[in-house]
Amino acid sequence: MAGMDHAPPPFFKRGPAPLALLTFYIAVSLAIFVVDLRFKSLELLRQSIALIVDPVQRVAQTPGSLVDYAGQYLQGMRSLQLENEELKHAKLTTAPDLQRLAQLEVENTRLRKLLDVKEREKANGQVAQIMYTARDPFSRKVIVDKGQQADIAAGLPAIDEAGVVGQVTRVFPFSAEITLITDKDQVVPVQVVRTGQRSVVFGLGNGQLELRYMPANADIQVGDLLVTSGLDDIYLPGFPVAKVVNIERDSAYSFARIFCVPIAGVENFGEVMILAQRQARPERPPESASRAAANDGQRVKKKRMAKN
Amino acid sequence: MQPTFSSSRILLPVRPWFIFLSLIGAAVLNFLPTAHWPGMPDWVALVLCFWSVREFRRVGMGWAFVLGLLMDVADGAVLGQHCFAYVLLAYTASSLSRRILWFPLAQQALQIMPLLIGTQIVQALMRLAVGADFPGWGYFIGPFVATLLWIPATFVLLLPQYRPVEQDPNRPI
Repeated sequence: MAGMDHAPPPFFKRGPAPLALLTFYIAVSLAIFVVDLRFKSLELLRQSIALIVDPVQRVAQTPGSLVDYAGQYLQGMRSLQLENEELKHAKLTTAPDLQRLAQLEVENTRLRKLLDVKEREKANGQVAQIMYTARDPFSRKVIVDKGQQADIAAGLPAIDEAGVVGQVTRVFPFSAEITLITDKDQVVPVQVVRTGQRSVVFGLGNGQLELRYMPANADIQVGDLLVTSGLDDIYLPGFPVAKVVNIERDSAYSFARIFCVPIAGVENFGEVMILAQRQARPERPPESASRAAANDGQRVKKKRMAKN
Repeated sequence: MQPTFSSSRILLPVRPWFIFLSLIGAAVLNFLPTAHWPGMPDWVALVLCFWSVREFRRVGMGWAFVLGLLMDVADGAVLGQHCFAYVLLAYTASSLSRRILWFPLAQQALQIMPLLIGTQIVQALMRLAVGADFPGWGYFIGPFVATLLWIPATFVLLLPQYRPVEQDPNRPI
């Protein structure tokens, strides 16, 4: 009755039964769900769909940015002057450190050369504007306005003026997706500044981070600053990541629960700097003696094969 | 198309381009910055449900699947999450359409509510099963708002199908 139409119902070309169609589509959906999640091999499909969706999304975001722009325009001279003064003041307070930075870096390089230590890498990158937050409520991601065209690659870290914001996880032709450090799947290798202890900090998904696998008697205090340790191939050492706000020590568990808040304005809108790829690090030594032995065995076998 | 028992209005046939435009419009509504406000309905699910109930020969699981892919990419969600939920929604809505249309609008909305809530719950279950974080109860308010919007949505989406005002008095129907 519902489908009654002015065109007669197609009695003779009915197509597959609804239940068969449902089974087909559900099977396909589940298949791409699993493939996308486990094997990450559907990026090309995602990028090609994004080529259509991305312009529409940008257009849909314009009313909001227009309102923002109008708000800023109407903010008035006075508040701008105040902000300008504050910024000048802030610049002056950091001036003593900054002015000596160049000299310190040169000195550092020279000393490192004297000690035959590898030179400290310099951070450079490019500024990108956060366009909008991804709508997915299960994760914490933002979209920025630079992508493959600007040589952004998946895996690059993103920082703002205060500290680490997140990491680029997907790249599209004209935009990129940054997963924030507060996302539940995001992990950053860090070091406690006060003690030099290394660990990894996990996002919790609720705007906080957790320092896991620290023993219950670990020397860590509320207010401790965590910076990137640089022990991975992604983050350069020394960028502030989080500050410890709460420690629950329970002797029933072997680990303390240490909660931190991000230092960067992770949930704010604005500009981020996407750092360039780190220089290639020297190769890792073989993991263990047994493994090395196994490799040697393989080599011997290969030699034998070659002889034969 | 069929007049419900409370309204004996006879509608014009639906125009395919209007269905297409309304679905795209719903997607654009989803892309707006307002999508982050708590209790915002999933417009695509609402409009898709509407057309699956009204015109299940034209809008079915194929459309649901394509729209699901679009929403997955636009949201940055896992591919297949919206596809699965929308395909289920389109199937249930079209199989229940003969019954649903027989009720007055308010009762139709009540029957639509479990479908829309189901769409949201299916997505949440899929993501929670693979280790995502619980998004908070605000995520489940959207379908209730969408249920309330069923009545205005019906009015707006059927607007092009109402009979023109200038009528031929000699026409039999």
